[in-house]
Amino acid sequence: MKVQIHVSLKPGVLDPQGRAIQHSLEGLGFKGVNGVRAGKLIELEVDDTVSDAQLDEMCRKLLANMVIENYRVERLSA
Amino acid sequence: MSGFRAVVITFPGSNCDRDMAVALENVSGVAPARVWHGEPSLPDRVDFVALPGGFSYGDYLRSGAMAGRSPIMRAVVDAVKRGVPVLGVCNGFQVLTETGLLPGALMRNAAIRFVCRDVRLTVENEGSCFTSAYRTGQEIVIPVAHHDGNYFADETTLDRLEGEGQIAFRYTEPVNGSARGIAGVLNEDRNVLGMMPHPERAIDAAHGGQDGRKLFEGVVSRLVSA
Repeated sequence: MKVQIHVSLKPGVLDPQGRAIQHSLEGLGFKGVNGVRAGKLIELEVDDTVSDAQLDEMCRKLLANMVIENYRVERLSA
Repeated sequence: MSGFRAVVITFPGSNCDRDMAVALENVSGVAPARVWHGEPSLPDRVDFVALPGGFSYGDYLRSGAMAGRSPIMRAVVDAVKRGVPVLGVCNGFQVLTETGLLPGALMRNAAIRFVCRDVRLTVENEGSCFTSAYRTGQEIVIPVAHHDGNYFADETTLDRLEGEGQIAFRYTEPVNGSARGIAGVLNEDRNVLGMMPHPERAIDAAHGGQDGRKLFEGVVSRLVSA
């Protein structure tokens, strides 16, 4: 089964990369972009036996840094 | 001083491990042991552990994230509990925050530029083995070279660090966007120091300055007198 882990910076944590992307979009002439925040998408291919609790633990122990990041786990149908 | 048993850890992608070893030998007179990250344990008797700068695992996922979970780090965590002083410089600092040995996190520099130059620091607390040869309030010059040195912690944590005297060094000018200008942080027991500037690059006058020597002298003298 495929699992997607969406990792994003917590609200309030300054995102210099997002800000730079926003400036680049403005430089390209795109209007109306009021904010950009960059995150990560991590795709796992796991056995069906891997539990939500185990996925949660993977996120907390490695995939996300809980000091600055939030994560969301999404199971995709095989 | 012949008894000073230091260890320098090397991760895949470390590139300041040799500089660290040379600095330690220069100051203490004893060559440190070199330990590969895949080792499950440190040598039996250890007086000091250094986590060097570099780009462990190519900074994949987050700077220091993979190295922070490597086998040797479990041994380093145990050593910290026994009171062994552990210094992490640059990538080593990132590894220490990723391991949870120090609070906070190191994020991309606010200006998104790699910063590589000498910076002036203030010694904020002389009350640790790493800073005991300096004076609180003293200004020193140490080079930085990093992309992810922007120290972040929530306001409660920052207030606690200030209150408990856990800020070891502060930049005297904006360098990377660090919260409250923090350049180096101590743990509660003050036997772990993480810092972005490279004291091991300020050892020899021929390299432009010697302000880093006192950091290692402090560690060595405490252990010799202990």
